Amino acid sequence: MAFYIASIIAILATIMVITRYNMIHALLYLVVSFLAVAVIFFMLGAPFVAALEVIIYAGAIVVLIIFVIMMLNLKEESVEQERKWFSRNIWIGPGILSVVLLGELVYILVTSERVLLNNTVVDSKAVGLSLYGPYIIGVELCGLLLMAGIVGAYHLGRQRRKVVHRFLEKTEE
Amino acid sequence: MNVLPVEMGLLLAGVLFTLGLISVLIRRNIIFMLISVEIMLNAAGLAFIVAGSRWAQADGQVMFIFILTMAAAEVSVGLALILQIYHHLKTLDSDAADKMNG
Repeated sequence: MAFYIASIIAILATIMVITRYNMIHALLYLVVSFLAVAVIFFMLGAPFVAALEVIIYAGAIVVLIIFVIMMLNLKEESVEQERKWFSRNIWIGPGILSVVLLGELVYILVTSERVLLNNTVVDSKAVGLSLYGPYIIGVELCGLLLMAGIVGAYHLGRQRRKVVHRFLEKTEE
Repeated sequence: MNVLPVEMGLLLAGVLFTLGLISVLIRRNIIFMLISVEIMLNAAGLAFIVAGSRWAQADGQVMFIFILTMAAAEVSVGLALILQIYHHLKTLDSDAADKMNG
């Protein structure tokens, strides 16, 4: 029963995310959606991943996006523009096609044989043993990916310094 | 705690993924598109967790941790790109960035 309540909250919050005009409101609903999914993870017997969902998705990633929105300093007219972009004839086509795809998935899931979930809790010790045992190459690749992410974000986010000369204006590399 | 059928978890993952897909198709604001990609990645991770819970193995959670790492790296690089696009074009419209000016 609790699973269904959390699922409905997650779906409703996600619908609110994709229909908001104001970005901050959308992000607050996104946090609610992530928290509901974390509750579901906890019920599925994955407490470590539930904690990670709260800390990294609902914490770090959302805070990062909020910081960028604050840096961009968007005013009220961005909400108005979003309202102008979000007209009915734009979302009706992709919406119908995606819902048809979802309907196919629902059909496949409903007509397949019913399998019950195991009610065992996989704790963080088992996850750690698996992570640093058979999946050690994946951990190293993740480290490489994060390093590339740091270097890429630094390189892309650097602001070019503007040099104003007497005759010509150019951006310093 | 009663026992759930595995379809319900996969169904929830499918619904969340579809919502993210609709949002990334209909939005023109780049930040909203990035948020939608996060929703889709989260739904994919949910499917992995459901599968890991079905067989009571840790592999699903390991895959979720990898997805989490990838999402964090992706959002940092994507936000840096958004800052540059806003700096150059003074708009968040994704259609404004369709010309390569070198």
